[in-house]
Amino acid sequence: MAKKIVTALVGAAVLGFGATASQADTLSDVKAKGFVQCGVNGSNLAGFGAQDSQGNWAGLDVDLCKAVAAAVFGDATKVKFTPLSAKDRFPALQSGEIDLLARNTTWSISRDTQLGFDFRAVNYYDGQGFMVKKELGVKSALELSGASVCVQSGTTTELNLADYFRSNNMDFKPVVFEAQDEADAAYNAGRCDAYTTDASGLYSIRLKMANPDDHMVLPEIISKEPLGPAVRQNDSKWLDIVSWAHYAMVAAEEFGITQANVEEMKTSANPDIKRFLGEEADSTIGADLGVPKDWAVQIIKAVGNYGESFERNVGEGSPLKIARGLNAQWTKGGLQYAPPIR
Amino acid sequence: MSQSITYVRDGFIEAEKPPTSDSSAFAWIRHNLFASWKDSLLTVIALAVLVYYLPKAIDWLFVSAVWTGTDRTACLTTDQGGQLPAGWSGACWAYVNDRFVQFMFGSYPRDQLWRPLLVAGLFVALLVPFLIPRVPRKGLNALLLLVALPLVAYVLLLGGYFGLRHVETSLWGGLMVTLIISFVGIVMSLPIGILLALGRRSSMPILKMVCIGFIELIRGVPLITVLFMASVLLPLFLEPGNNIDKFLRALIGVSIFASAYMAEVIRGGLQAIPKGQYEAADALGLNYFHKMTFIVLPQAIKLVIPGIVNTFIGMFKDTSLVTIISMYDLLGIVKASFGDSGWITPVTPLTGLIFAGFVFWIFCFGMSRYSAFVERRLDKGHKR
Repeated sequence: MAKKIVTALVGAAVLGFGATASQADTLSDVKAKGFVQCGVNGSNLAGFGAQDSQGNWAGLDVDLCKAVAAAVFGDATKVKFTPLSAKDRFPALQSGEIDLLARNTTWSISRDTQLGFDFRAVNYYDGQGFMVKKELGVKSALELSGASVCVQSGTTTELNLADYFRSNNMDFKPVVFEAQDEADAAYNAGRCDAYTTDASGLYSIRLKMANPDDHMVLPEIISKEPLGPAVRQNDSKWLDIVSWAHYAMVAAEEFGITQANVEEMKTSANPDIKRFLGEEADSTIGADLGVPKDWAVQIIKAVGNYGESFERNVGEGSPLKIARGLNAQWTKGGLQYAPPIR
Repeated sequence: MSQSITYVRDGFIEAEKPPTSDSSAFAWIRHNLFASWKDSLLTVIALAVLVYYLPKAIDWLFVSAVWTGTDRTACLTTDQGGQLPAGWSGACWAYVNDRFVQFMFGSYPRDQLWRPLLVAGLFVALLVPFLIPRVPRKGLNALLLLVALPLVAYVLLLGGYFGLRHVETSLWGGLMVTLIISFVGIVMSLPIGILLALGRRSSMPILKMVCIGFIELIRGVPLITVLFMASVLLPLFLEPGNNIDKFLRALIGVSIFASAYMAEVIRGGLQAIPKGQYEAADALGLNYFHKMTFIVLPQAIKLVIPGIVNTFIGMFKDTSLVTIISMYDLLGIVKASFGDSGWITPVTPLTGLIFAGFVFWIFCFGMSRYSAFVERRLDKGHKR
């Protein structure tokens, strides 16, 4: 409910003040002040945005912010992070406090239109999933009929859960909690058979379980949660840079360019790669985008290709060990697909 | 007039023997713990609970706890991918240790930490003599603590002057933020609260209305609403780029909120002063200012010290609400650290919360003990 009121208030304020923001030129502002101000997740979601004990930021969303800074300035350190809660992320972007919102934000039509943002790239395809204890012997969410399910109240998660069970003619007993921590603890204590939230969250919650190997995430994904960076509406130059920063990482993976081999790849015989890395003499890709010619090289040097970033933050190289799944390259059955760079 | 006195005592009562064992430990136990069968029952139950849980708590907190380590594997059992025996559970102090600087200072640049440390040092150096009644020169001390220190702290912490690097407030965090917000709230709320309380009791109708309106408006909304308005809605009504610093907005929000509560506490004290005191002051020919500062307020404030300290303690803990506007005070930063995949384990959240709770307790308990001391000292005329 509170969320709805906030959304309505923000929406109203945005409509009222949309005129002031319509002619924004974030790229010039960013170049003038010398850094990108990036809104990220300050808590909750491991692997997407979190600070280590030295105060360094790390995560999949954080890497995207660094990639944008690398593209614009050729220096991935020229980025400042604003940790944001779920409630104040939208006003922060709308008011100009941040230039870019990369905070595991689901791209939906109302956010794209009513809130006055623009989305294009999706840096993580998430979706609501289920976690169960292995000892139940359940292999699919369709076998969960009659199960008690731990869920956080007041979220779309709760509604999706009810829809899914009803549309599959199954019974379930919701065990609803106000806070995520309580839901975690209740599931850990065995008060429910299954736990549901976004799949990326399930993996980090599994790490808090007394015995992670006793739990498994079921393969079914019951909702679409494409998470991507958002920028203010009507600023296509800035949207271009943010989106292509992500696509450059995806394309680099497709081309087989990594943080380690990016220098050798500059001399590759493949014209696509040479063009991508700004080695073609007459290429105007960087200039057209409004960034230096070697923008893609800088991105890859700073954060690696998409696969490297994924593995480091949420994949096998991290405690989360999330499988690529929908986030694999399109050539490998996933949805990560960079438009041609030419 | 004939008197018939029926009984006149004509000798002293034999002196009784002094109570023999009143000061012994045994007597104390009998009087306090086993005075009746109900007391005895409660004592036995409480003891049983203590005997059952205390060793477990001590074991969890200290004996089984992990003290050293660099990442989550230090606090994981073999089942979870670590080294500890299966079924182990204990506090993960290694995580608090690893995060300690962050819990204290947030993301304040690590090479600039001498600045908040210097401010903390100055604060202690000025606060301690201020709190000890024997130390002379209270006026100068107050001036330094309440006026000079905030200015020095502003320059030192924020920087941008005298070649100090600018450190924006979004990098501030942890205990530092908790203490700054509470200190500013406490320092601002007392004078503003006194003025509001006097205004509310004033005979000037407009002033009175304004004060009542302010107090009732602020008291009528939760602090979280004030903070949320200041943080989320205010920027939308300002031109982009003209934002007032979020930290400053929070400081103002907390200060006006605390002032309204303080005003009502002080008003309680003012109402407890007998009318005779006011009239006596008037009879002496004192003007309003002298009457208040010399006669009324000293008595009124003395009466409401518990209420004032109660407000301070409540405000100190309320600072945690700034997390809702993405500022990370001690509790906020501890909770945010649960999201670091480098330290996710089943025991880190509990360990972090216990640590935060302990730090809050130290400060609140300190305030409460000091207020008890001040009350005893000022209570000479009312001792019962």
